[in-house]
Amino acid sequence: MNTFRVKELNAYVRDLLESDGVLQDVWVTGEISNFKRANSGYLYFSLKDAEAQLRCAAFRRLSNGEQLRDGLQVQARGRVSLYEVRGEYQLYVEEVQLLNSAGDLYVQLEALKQRLAAEGLFDEARKRPLPPFPRRIGVVTSPTAAAFQDVQNVLKRRYPLVELVLSPTLVQGADAPPRIVRALERLYERDDLDALLLCRGGGSSEDLWCFNDERIVRTLARSPFPTVSAVGHEIDFTLVDFVADVRAPTPSAGAELLTPNGAELLTDVRYLDSALDESIAALFSRKHDALARSMRSLARLSPMRSLQDQRQRVDDLQERATRLLYGRIKQAQERVAAQRKALEAANPFNLLSRGYAIVTRTHDNAPVTSRKDAPVGTAVKIRLRGDTLAARIEEESTNERYKRTLL
Amino acid sequence: MNDINALSFEDAYKALQETVEQLESGELPLNEAMTLYERGKALAARCQQLLTAAELRVQQLNET
Repeated sequence: MNTFRVKELNAYVRDLLESDGVLQDVWVTGEISNFKRANSGYLYFSLKDAEAQLRCAAFRRLSNGEQLRDGLQVQARGRVSLYEVRGEYQLYVEEVQLLNSAGDLYVQLEALKQRLAAEGLFDEARKRPLPPFPRRIGVVTSPTAAAFQDVQNVLKRRYPLVELVLSPTLVQGADAPPRIVRALERLYERDDLDALLLCRGGGSSEDLWCFNDERIVRTLARSPFPTVSAVGHEIDFTLVDFVADVRAPTPSAGAELLTPNGAELLTDVRYLDSALDESIAALFSRKHDALARSMRSLARLSPMRSLQDQRQRVDDLQERATRLLYGRIKQAQERVAAQRKALEAANPFNLLSRGYAIVTRTHDNAPVTSRKDAPVGTAVKIRLRGDTLAARIEEESTNERYKRTLL
Repeated sequence: MNDINALSFEDAYKALQETVEQLESGELPLNEAMTLYERGKALAARCQQLLTAAELRVQQLNET
């Protein structure tokens, strides 16, 4: 297998085309479109028929080059080769012959267009907006044509809520214009339509020519409903396109321009549906919060609350009083114990346990505190710890000497 | 609610949008809000039913 650079492959294909004897001198019949006259004087255009297109370039001065324009039916002679830069194959035109007298027709068409434009039939100010949600749309076309099937297919998928009222007619040939006019007028008699679609599928400019008819253009101009024209393909223009309120490039596109997108609407409706749920839930939640706040305020204002406070204070005081009372009792007990201890310490009988004795006279129990209280011969009681001795004073002795010394 | 089932899509859809707006706009009394909510739900159901159940109808006139 070979690997090429792009340039190499294009050169190879070019050689292949140029080495073919048939392709080096051919006649091709078709309609001129995309016609361009470059500053260099070269002419560029396409030749097309109902099915296909062919790129053409004329680098040679053509005898009738000045007459060439879009829409003309011609026969062109030339050689086929490849324009390597773009990788496009094209016809390098040597000669062009005009077929029939289409040139005259175009001159007439241009004149008609100017006249109608001067009357204001194509004015932007006349254009009406299409209804956003049409319920019934009048369609003028051939019932057997693919165009009408296309329109139905689009609407079935996109917005099947609409009802079509088909006013059938021929859409091609010399008989077509009056038939189309009558088909339009049948719809104008109704008052239940929201819009009108005049459509026809693709074809040669001759096939579509009847849509340049003045009678059709004038009839469409006085439609009581907003109008959409959809004749041929993207590149085809006829006079009905200028007079219609909206021009659609194809019948399918016409059906889309006339209707809202059902899938988007369904999404939007579901969104709105859940927005209802959310906003009612939010409202409930706000009401609930407000209720809870009120309940709290109410609780703060309630007499129950101060009653509880008072009760608690009573409890506190009771406890404090109890604590105080027990404290006092304990203090008193301690004081009593201390006094008892002091009393015991002061009790003279306690001295007896340390060997001291109390001496009293037996006859009158008077304490003997000096020599004079108990002369010799006096009976005394000597009280010891636990016992009492009975005794008699036998001798007096004084500490005279000591006394004197003291004195 | 019977009136809602007679509404065209356009009318039901617009009414639904308005209902949502009203409900979202402010502090309505609860009973008013509930009435709006129920109406909105019925409108949404009507819109969905129209969008999902519709079949394209074609009426052909006679060529005279």
